[in-house]
Amino acid sequence: MSPHVSHLPDQPILNLAGVSLRYDGHTALEDVTFHLHAGERVAVVGPNGAGKSTLFKIVAGVLRPTEGEVTVYGSGPGGHVCIGYVPQRSQVDWRFPVSVADVVMMGRIAKLGLFNWPKKRDWDLVHAALETVGMAGLANRQINELSGGQQQRMFIARALAQEAELMLMDEPLTGLDTPAQESLLALLDDLQRRGVTLMVATHDLEQARLHFDRILLLNRRLIAFGAPEQVLQAGNLTRAYGSRKILMDECCQGE
Amino acid sequence: MSFLLEPLQYSFMLRGLAAAVLAGVICAVVGTYVVLRGMAFFGDALAHTILPGVAAGYLISGGAREPLFWWALGTSVAASLGIGAISRRGRVKEDTAIGIVFAGMFALGIALISTVRSYAVDLSHFLFGDVLGVSLQSLAWMAAFGAAVILVVALFYKEFLAVSFDPVLAQTLRLPVTLFNNLMLVLIAVTVAVAMQTVGVALMVAMLVTPAATASLLTRRLLPMMALAAALAALSGVVGLYASYYLGIASGAAIVLTATLLFLLAFLFAPRGGLLWKRPRA
Repeated sequence: MSPHVSHLPDQPILNLAGVSLRYDGHTALEDVTFHLHAGERVAVVGPNGAGKSTLFKIVAGVLRPTEGEVTVYGSGPGGHVCIGYVPQRSQVDWRFPVSVADVVMMGRIAKLGLFNWPKKRDWDLVHAALETVGMAGLANRQINELSGGQQQRMFIARALAQEAELMLMDEPLTGLDTPAQESLLALLDDLQRRGVTLMVATHDLEQARLHFDRILLLNRRLIAFGAPEQVLQAGNLTRAYGSRKILMDECCQGE
Repeated sequence: MSFLLEPLQYSFMLRGLAAAVLAGVICAVVGTYVVLRGMAFFGDALAHTILPGVAAGYLISGGAREPLFWWALGTSVAASLGIGAISRRGRVKEDTAIGIVFAGMFALGIALISTVRSYAVDLSHFLFGDVLGVSLQSLAWMAAFGAAVILVVALFYKEFLAVSFDPVLAQTLRLPVTLFNNLMLVLIAVTVAVAMQTVGVALMVAMLVTPAATASLLTRRLLPMMALAAALAALSGVVGLYASYYLGIASGAAIVLTATLLFLLAFLFAPRGGLLWKRPRA
């Protein structure tokens, strides 16, 4: 049994067709349809509870949609190990007794397969991944000794060690100070140059506008998806956030 | 020297020491996961839940001790998977559901044992252990199942690590997460059965969590934590039995008290973060 599903090169890296998720009479996502091209960088924005994390978990194959279909390079996400998920920092047990290198090595588990221990090539990949995110010197640190930006970059290194082609990042910029945000954005540039497709949830519309090729505006339904200037129009934003939020955003810009 | 050697002339003491070390080491290794995954209440509940199975075995076999290991093992594995299923899809909150099952089963066990005339002595052996009464046959089965538990932990080390630290990652790596979670429940169940005669069902949770918790204060890597927990548990078993021999206190209680004392020492004096080295914050 191999978890590695072959990739059809002429298929989009990610395609969602009519995807809905309902549970207990509640609708988390409704009829979401879009596709991503390999190598692009997409911001997923929307109010709290808009279903951003749900969408990511469906794309990652962790949740199964109640309706609709998800394909990755033409086949269902269930067999792919090329999808890297960078969790929200608040969802991680930072006291867990592991080092930075241990966490990054977890990305190799699928490729290693059952009953195999990491070999030199795996350690080389782990160190190369840490090098890429600028943390080569921190490999042996306990994970709770890291700053917020380093924690985020460690998980990106793990996705690199996993050889992920599609990376899903859930609010990676939230709670970071400006220098840490900037170094993370620079790292996203680097990932894009390596051909990694990025889907990044953020609640900062300005960052989405400045740093991403396309914006996916979500509020349970897909409100708009396209170039930033097309998506971030008053009509779309009102549909996503309601009118009050727009007024607040306008009054507070440049804060 | 004779202080250390004197108890060793009794074969029951030698068997008891072997059982205490064996049970301690296995509990500590599996207990490391129990501590890291926050499953202490589950472990406590599971240990109590096997009492009716052990009691039924005791009644059916007419008081013989040999078959009890198998009764404990069967009940323990069944209860662990049952509790696991309840906590995954229940309309009652997980800890409430576990509490109901555990107290109900425990009461059933006591009710069954209370039908026997010599009820008080037998019950106390099941509750608090009877390590000095371990037979050579039981010891052999403990060793065999203990070795199997350690082997499974070693074989699936990296998978258990991923499933425990980051279940979402484990799913994106397409690991069979439910299978590994159930395997973990079975490992805890087998461990409980192996350690039952050493500390009894009521003190079991101490063997599962205390040495691992002590080790977690002293090291910050998983493998050293397991090794240190195992060493601390073995030490607790030996020191506890000597204390039991010379002070005339119940063996299970003496082992658990030793483990608790080691925890307190680590809590106060651990090199990093020990209570005594912490300055009060202004």
